[in-house]
Amino acid sequence: MSRVSTATVDDLTEATAPDRFWNRQRRLGAALVIIGLIAAVIFGSLAESATARFTISEDAEGAALSINGQFGAILFGIVTVAAGGALLAGVAKRWQTLLLCLGIVTFVFSFLCWQVAGKFLPLVDTLSGSLELALPLILGALAGVLCERSGVVNVAIEGQFLMGAFGAALVGTLATSVWAGLISAVVGGVIIASLLAVLAIRFLVDQVVVGIVLNLLALGITGFLYERLMQPDALKYNSPPRLPEWRIPGLADIPVIGPVLFETNLLVWLALILVVVIHLGLTRTRWGLRTRAVGEHPTAADTVGIRVRGLRYMNVLLGGVVAGAGGAYFTLVSTGAFNKNMTAGAGFIALAALIFGRWTPFGALGAALFFGFAQKLANYLSAVGSPVPNQFLNMLPYLATIIAVAGLVGRVRAPAADGVPYVKS
Amino acid sequence: MTTEAPPKKEEPKKEEESFLSLFVHNLWSANTVTVTFLSILLALVIGAVLIVVSDSEVLATFSYFTARPSDALTASWDLISRAYADLFKGAIFDPAAVSAWFNGTGDWQTALNPLSETLTYAAPLVFTGLSVALAFRGGLFNIGGQGQAVIGCVTAGVAGFAIGLPAGLHLVVALAAGLIGGALWGFVPGLLKARTGAHEVITTIMLNYTATLFLGWLILQNGVQDPDRTDAISKTIDSTAGLPALPAPLRVHFGIVLAVLVTAGVAWLVNRSSFGFELRAVGVNPPAAKTAGMSVGRTYIMLMVVAGGLAGLGGATQVLGTADRLTDQVAGNIGFDGLLVALLGRNKPWGTLFAAILYGGLRAGGNLMQVDVGISLELVTVLQALIVIFIAAPALVKAIFQLRDARTARLGASMAKGW
Repeated sequence: MSRVSTATVDDLTEATAPDRFWNRQRRLGAALVIIGLIAAVIFGSLAESATARFTISEDAEGAALSINGQFGAILFGIVTVAAGGALLAGVAKRWQTLLLCLGIVTFVFSFLCWQVAGKFLPLVDTLSGSLELALPLILGALAGVLCERSGVVNVAIEGQFLMGAFGAALVGTLATSVWAGLISAVVGGVIIASLLAVLAIRFLVDQVVVGIVLNLLALGITGFLYERLMQPDALKYNSPPRLPEWRIPGLADIPVIGPVLFETNLLVWLALILVVVIHLGLTRTRWGLRTRAVGEHPTAADTVGIRVRGLRYMNVLLGGVVAGAGGAYFTLVSTGAFNKNMTAGAGFIALAALIFGRWTPFGALGAALFFGFAQKLANYLSAVGSPVPNQFLNMLPYLATIIAVAGLVGRVRAPAADGVPYVKS
Repeated sequence: MTTEAPPKKEEPKKEEESFLSLFVHNLWSANTVTVTFLSILLALVIGAVLIVVSDSEVLATFSYFTARPSDALTASWDLISRAYADLFKGAIFDPAAVSAWFNGTGDWQTALNPLSETLTYAAPLVFTGLSVALAFRGGLFNIGGQGQAVIGCVTAGVAGFAIGLPAGLHLVVALAAGLIGGALWGFVPGLLKARTGAHEVITTIMLNYTATLFLGWLILQNGVQDPDRTDAISKTIDSTAGLPALPAPLRVHFGIVLAVLVTAGVAWLVNRSSFGFELRAVGVNPPAAKTAGMSVGRTYIMLMVVAGGLAGLGGATQVLGTADRLTDQVAGNIGFDGLLVALLGRNKPWGTLFAAILYGGLRAGGNLMQVDVGISLELVTVLQALIVIFIAAPALVKAIFQLRDARTARLGASMAKGW
């Protein structure tokens, strides 16, 4: 049996002196200066000297924020360099996160100015599209938060998505009810989650192995039933109703934010509410305290009378509920029909969002929105025929996660007992 | 012996008896062979249920099950037995074709074709399976076999059509390119693990998708994309770089021979070489290995390089042996299947080889099943996943069949390891 390691970051390197010059802040600063220079010089020189319009209204003509593309690319690049310079110079630690965010945001702005110069980018469409693409990622990452904070590694988010999407399509069509579809999506997610729970908690199988194998199982079962049932008779088995879009009068009239947040489907609100609920639950309630205790130090939790395995079962199944609802997005919101392997790695981006968001609900939300924005931008750029290949933008979530895990941008740390089965001795 | 006293004479016979009873006793215990066999059986049973449930005609006979149960039972049995008979015929041999060959009415190609198909599908899985198994022995979980195989496909494929070399040499260069490409893709998580401690499961998962996206971009570029085509497909590799078929009309190619040789090589590496000793030591107990003077970080890097190289070779055999050109899906699912193969082979080189052949057989038989009975090939994915679930949870199999404890209980050693 191999050594049971619990940390994301095994300290294999020699202990280093704490006050070396190239500490994290300076390395971050240097990285920001470099990307800022790239933005100012390369984006600036490539950008057309034409107006870049970020339209607020729905059409291309209406009110818009506009800036000269070349000027904007250089300006925002210089701001990025300045933010990096401030970090390099060693400003107070409390400004660090703010400066880092500023640097990254201005870098993105610089890139946008280059790409949009001479064209227009509809802000409302971009934001609502980003939110919609982020929707399954938010729900999947929240499922991961629920599982992993209690100490069960969940690599099976992809499988839960697939089962959820399949269940929603099949039952939604048979019952001709979108709500029946949503409920059976949840059931689909719970089926995979219960397999994960039983195999990982009861039979102590390696949780990463179970997760990967369950993904393949879900892929096989949904693909098999798709070819046997749905493909021959799509009308009977694979034409579920779509989730309706609701508009909240009043709030929906706020410019930009209104149409994005208040004229949308139920699942978006559900996801955003769940972020808050799970955050409050984890930090403020008895359940949350117990979950964190079980995830960090199950033996200690057991000593004070918490049922470690019972709590883990419950959290994994709750995770299945959330991830299954995320799966419903693919069939009830996005495309309106099930297709083989239609999630195409979204479960793994959700996993990336979970890790990038440091295993917290709000972190996961931020990471998911960022990844959703990257995907939306990739779609936009390929639509307007940009020279930047969209594949590289789609790589962004994965590369960002690798950088985060490697400790280049802050250290991410998993719950201490994540992935370690609890055996009562 | 004959000169010895009568009471003593009985002793060997007694031992014989106890051996026999021991054999029978052990047969129904949770040993490796029994658990593997029962896992496959359980998977086939669940697969049969899926076949019946998804067939509307057979399901219709179940609607009057209480009135005439024989209808439903014969219909189900017919369907299941035809499906599984096809699985066998497509994977090993078709008795009709073999007897036709012996009678002179058929040719040997048809008779040997199933075996050829099995070995063709098995060849890349051997490499990706060995990649995962080797990394496991060193305590690393290489989920990146898929990404490494994709990069291996890319480098081997590009070397196959971009450079002109004489036959033989070109093949060697293309294979080496696949090996190096995969090794580089394995080097990244190894280095990150050794230098920063980043968990290899996370980094390799992320690198898998990065590799697939890179492939998707590359095959649309000038010089790589087939100039006569508008879709995402590359030029065809030169015939000088292709793996030669072993007898010509069959699809089976030299890759399977290479796979057996590499299996022997990996077996030697793990069990006999000093690097193998180091990697096993690091796998069992890194702090102890460090105390003994081994460099844990360097072992991790070397291990991931070798594992990546193996997976890259798997990708190379896929391109140079069967695919002939790069597409989005050229690597198929060989990386993830390799993971299953390694688990089924219990992370031993020769075990992995046999597991890969079993999976290749399932795949080959699945093709016939799809054509003949119309049962989707996806059933094979379900079977493969189920087999590994049962293999990985021997306690489950033990509980279902009420097996005795094995005398040498090596099962159930979960490799539990967090992030």
